[in-house]
Amino acid sequence: MDIHEYQAKEILSEFGVSIPEGGLAYSPEQAAYRAREMGGDKWIVKAQVHAGGRGKAGGVKLCMNDTEIIEAASSMLGRKLVTHQTGPEGKGIYRLYVEAGVPIDREIYLGFVLDRTTQRIMIVASSQGGMEIEEISANEPESIVRASIDPAVGLVEFQAREIAFKLGIEPSLTQHMVRTLMGCFHAFRDLDATMVEINPLVVTKDNQIMALDAKMTFDDNALFRHPRISELRDKSQEDPRESNAADRGLSYVGLDGNIGCIVNGAGLAMATMDTIKLSGGEPANFLDIGGGATPERVGKAFRLVRSDPKVEAILVNIFAGINRCDWVAEGVVQALKDDPIDIPVIVRLSGTNVKEGQKILAKSGLPIIRAATLKEAADRSVYAWKSDQSGSKKLKAIS
Amino acid sequence: MSILIDEKTKVIVQGITGRMARFHTKEMIEYGTNVVGGVTPGKSGEIVEGVPVFNTVKEAVEATGAEASLVFVPPPFAADSIMEAADAGIKYCVSITDGIPAQDMMRVKRYMKRYRKENRMVLTGPNCAGTISPGKSFLGIMPPHIYKKGTVGIVGRSGTLGYEAASQLATLNIGISTSVGIGGDPINGSSFRDILELFENDPETEVIALIGEIGGPQEAEAAEYIRDHMSKPVVAYVAGLTAPKGRTMGHAGAIISAFGESASEKVEILSAAGVTVAEHPSIIGETIASLMRG
Repeated sequence: MDIHEYQAKEILSEFGVSIPEGGLAYSPEQAAYRAREMGGDKWIVKAQVHAGGRGKAGGVKLCMNDTEIIEAASSMLGRKLVTHQTGPEGKGIYRLYVEAGVPIDREIYLGFVLDRTTQRIMIVASSQGGMEIEEISANEPESIVRASIDPAVGLVEFQAREIAFKLGIEPSLTQHMVRTLMGCFHAFRDLDATMVEINPLVVTKDNQIMALDAKMTFDDNALFRHPRISELRDKSQEDPRESNAADRGLSYVGLDGNIGCIVNGAGLAMATMDTIKLSGGEPANFLDIGGGATPERVGKAFRLVRSDPKVEAILVNIFAGINRCDWVAEGVVQALKDDPIDIPVIVRLSGTNVKEGQKILAKSGLPIIRAATLKEAADRSVYAWKSDQSGSKKLKAIS
Repeated sequence: MSILIDEKTKVIVQGITGRMARFHTKEMIEYGTNVVGGVTPGKSGEIVEGVPVFNTVKEAVEATGAEASLVFVPPPFAADSIMEAADAGIKYCVSITDGIPAQDMMRVKRYMKRYRKENRMVLTGPNCAGTISPGKSFLGIMPPHIYKKGTVGIVGRSGTLGYEAASQLATLNIGISTSVGIGGDPINGSSFRDILELFENDPETEVIALIGEIGGPQEAEAAEYIRDHMSKPVVAYVAGLTAPKGRTMGHAGAIISAFGESASEKVEILSAAGVTVAEHPSIIGETIASLMRG
């Protein structure tokens, strides 16, 4: 789960990381009020969206007075911000963070990640902050400093000191840097984060170390033990269909194609999408209905896939182990009876109770196209979708 | 024996009194798995599917001589149960549980290093369908009858995609020595490389099918091992050709976040290491068959 910059900053500052003064605003007037409240002579107005690359997309503006703040805030609020990370649909801006400008001497990159190779938390830092880490590793790989943290001991001070020296932090600021690193680590570990990124972490002209930006991502599997973090979820930043699915125990990712997929198991779901592509079609979504799916859950999956207006054919591919083909078939039949549709539906069943499942489909009298293998299912979906496109809206039951 | 388990392996089920665990315990016993007991703290003395329940893994091991364990415990408590198994002297543990926090698994991996390598438990999973040596035994939730006995070793992240491969092979009258699910989580017990090493040294395995997916470094690590250390032929399929970057595809670990983690990059890395890649999930079986015909 992602959170906003201002939320990440609040958390990190509780763990001892210094941040500039700032305040949250929901309107241009409130943004101007926030600036007056903190005083000073320059402020940054920042769009709060769950995506990086805000600066280049016009989501971060430096303002010198009230009028500029109101102008900047009005230009952002209610608009969709499109960055290289949001996709073409962008993310809605509903909150702004107004921050006091600080005099920057130098910028550092600081990231904490779950490293899958070492299976540990890893610190990645670079003296070349401000750029994205991908850019740094492409252009300035020798500037990158890494340290791996032993889960049994945690981050040890000497490791933090080493990083400070490698980054060329002035000796008088070493302790401040150590405190910053320790704070990030404790926040990461104690709150089950999967990523903490401060880019840039700056050394100011008046000799302070401050987080100018902050990003935190949390482990969805650990949210059960962090109710305070769960509350920070902002549904306005999620694809409504995906959050809708997640609330129903389904794992869904929307894509650009037009053949909707309903599959059990993440690996088979990906393989089904791949097969559709190789058969000449484009998958509309990834959808894993999980194990032990009841007819009700299958029905929900059906409605979810159909709610995507791009979908022009639906492929159901089930290899039941912990699932039951008869339940899946019941779910499909019920969904089609409750709410008939005029697009082709292709069903491939295999595994537990497959005969019972096939019988239910056959008895239903519905124009369901059946397939025996994954390849056949994908071929028939693409064929049915194409012939449906070419005018014949009537469904043909094959096999 | 086959790798990891055979018909003699004494198995306990942790969390045996749960609904799902009961169901799969019954399935395993019917298939021939030597289930000797179960563990649920506070339920000692109960009998489930004809086997005794114990309060701790240590008690279960002392009373039954169990060597393997299947963890069916809910996510908040699963890491604890795996460590309990490691400490009680269990040799092989399969964790089915989906949804264990990543940092819990990090601690499990660190904890297991307390034991010398020769005494260290082998863990597969979490978030997997289990392990089966057809005709002998299985620990997990797979439909066992789709697996024919034979000489192909399967190792994969995905449960259902593993079933798909096994059933394609069965159609071609090709059987399996052992099929191992390593699970879809970012931090897992055994890697592809760990299981490949077991297959390389297993006299019952002639060909290996590796079923990977997007995300993580383990396919690339496997490629290096295959290139430098393996004599047996390996066929691979990598799922997620159509998966977009930066999105989690169901499995917590199935996300492209770095270079080398996309399906096409992994295919390239595996091909370069001499692996025969099935471009299409529906030709995994045929690809293995043509390799076996040599």
